[in-house]
Amino acid sequence: MARMKFLCDSDRCIECNACVTACKNEHEVPWGINRRRVVTLNDGKPGERSISMACMHCTDAPCAAVCPVSCFYTTADAIVLHDKDLCIGCGYCFYACPFGAPQYPRVGNFGGRGKMDKCTYCAGGPQQDNTRAEYVQYGANRIAEGKLPLCAEMCSTKALLAGDGEIIASIYKERVQRRGYGSGAWGWRTAYRETVEV
Amino acid sequence: MSALRNTLLALAAAAPLLGAPVLATAQAPAAQAPAAGAQPGAAERQSSDPQVKQALPSAATTQQEQPQNDGAGPPRGTPEIQGRVPESSAAGTNEQRQAPTTTAPTRPTGTPAAPQPVVPPQPVQPIPAPSPMGERGTLPAAELELQNALKGNRITGRVSIPDEKLAVLVQPEGRDWRAFRNGTLMWVGGIAVLGMLALLALFYLIRGRIRVQSGWSGRTLERFNFFERMTHWMTAGSFIVLALSGLNLTFGRHLIRPLIGPEAFTALADWGKIAHNFLAFPFTLGVLVMLLMWARDNLPNRLDWVWLKNGGGFIGNAHPQAGRFNAGQKGIFWITVLGGGVVAISGFLLMFPFFLLDIAGQQWGHMVHGTLSMLLIAVMLAHIYIGTLGMEGGFSAMGSGRVDYNWAREHHGMWVDDELKRAHEAVRPEAATRPAGAD
Repeated sequence: MARMKFLCDSDRCIECNACVTACKNEHEVPWGINRRRVVTLNDGKPGERSISMACMHCTDAPCAAVCPVSCFYTTADAIVLHDKDLCIGCGYCFYACPFGAPQYPRVGNFGGRGKMDKCTYCAGGPQQDNTRAEYVQYGANRIAEGKLPLCAEMCSTKALLAGDGEIIASIYKERVQRRGYGSGAWGWRTAYRETVEV
Repeated sequence: MSALRNTLLALAAAAPLLGAPVLATAQAPAAQAPAAGAQPGAAERQSSDPQVKQALPSAATTQQEQPQNDGAGPPRGTPEIQGRVPESSAAGTNEQRQAPTTTAPTRPTGTPAAPQPVVPPQPVQPIPAPSPMGERGTLPAAELELQNALKGNRITGRVSIPDEKLAVLVQPEGRDWRAFRNGTLMWVGGIAVLGMLALLALFYLIRGRIRVQSGWSGRTLERFNFFERMTHWMTAGSFIVLALSGLNLTFGRHLIRPLIGPEAFTALADWGKIAHNFLAFPFTLGVLVMLLMWARDNLPNRLDWVWLKNGGGFIGNAHPQAGRFNAGQKGIFWITVLGGGVVAISGFLLMFPFFLLDIAGQQWGHMVHGTLSMLLIAVMLAHIYIGTLGMEGGFSAMGSGRVDYNWAREHHGMWVDDELKRAHEAVRPEAATRPAGAD
């Protein structure tokens, strides 16, 4: 099986936020929830770069490690998913996540968090694949249809790569060698305990 | 419109005839601008020109310089690095220190034999402005991430979506919090709670139940009035639910989830979370009322030192004198009020995420909340023990509110004296006609 990863080539990302929009549209993500966002570092200064960031589907995922109800599971493709029927919205995964991926609808009392929502790598959830129930809870399941995540698929500059870790790393390496520079893969050391050696 | 176009066309046609010198002068500033203003794109084009490259220091010397500069950390003089050598080889060397194979044959092949002293050509440094690449490529993302992780720094940028808190790209503190939640907190909680239970069991085995030594007198006096008892039980009841639901979040997935299954455990934890959120309010109210109600009687005094030196009567059979509250009870009181207060404040801050605390603040809030709560639970176990099983005659103080006269004499002699004096004064305002306690 593949080991699915995201890689954002920040030398290519133009901060168009199309990945964010596509994600929201594809999964009908509710208002206030952002499964993916584009962060711009050094905005307006030399060395400005933008990185599209979502759940990185970590190896040894911190969210799964701290969840008090153990609602996370990892698919055969190493995609980290969670069961919203088990989630209690405690916020622990948000404390632990290095990338700020978990999002919570504001429901109930006080600043109370509803059931956590995050990037599913377009792989749905524990419900039956491509059912209405799955769509309502988790959004589209493109992986089950043999497609890759939409954010990466429609990225206009192909900055955002999704797919098997080794394949996207080799694509990135080839790019870096061809153009002669590359700032590396953001989040990889934190998420996968490895970097893209170029 | 068409007239304008015609004029333009005419001008364009006339340009080669009469405007050639004019155009040449017009282009001159434009051509100079990149050189003077050091448009880096032009500089790169210039340096990638083979003619210029021969005059430049070879890629090899740059490669030797590079590691020394690299280790120092801050991206040094990117302009000249990127200016003097083709950017491709510069970027290739500074990370892994190997030139990409595609740009390898950049060395001049003309004069290999003569060992000319390499004189760095001074004039070829006209690039004062920073490259648009900026610090790009000097440190790879992974390196920056590692540095920030080691320093515990967050990597924060800007987002164009309204959710400001998502501007944090990588927050390495999450790992520390994870280690706390899965390691430290479970050890602290486990040792505090189980250790206290073991200590109490041991104490019970050795000391047994502390009896009323002079036996029941059959007469009682009021120790806590209705309002005091209600405050106590409101605080105590909410504390028990808060403690159990909190312990469930910490230990439940290891202890309870395997027994009752994921769905039932989620239902339990969900109710626990709701209860935890709501019962925080009566608990806090109780702590505040207790502070106002009992603080005066809980101010430490010199008798407390005597009480502590005598082991509080727990060791041996001595009954050190005490007023309304002895030093142990004062300890419980201040631990409850101060510890409970901090737990309540940190809890309320966690209950409203991003109201005051950012992500790091919430992690700290949880650490304070969790650690103090575990210690509070341990202290309260001791409090529950001594109030029920550990001491004969003690529970009724908070149960019916009345305690046996002999029990009160043994444990709170000075308080009994005060109470009797007050009672006498109430009955017979002209004091000192009878000795206190003569009845």
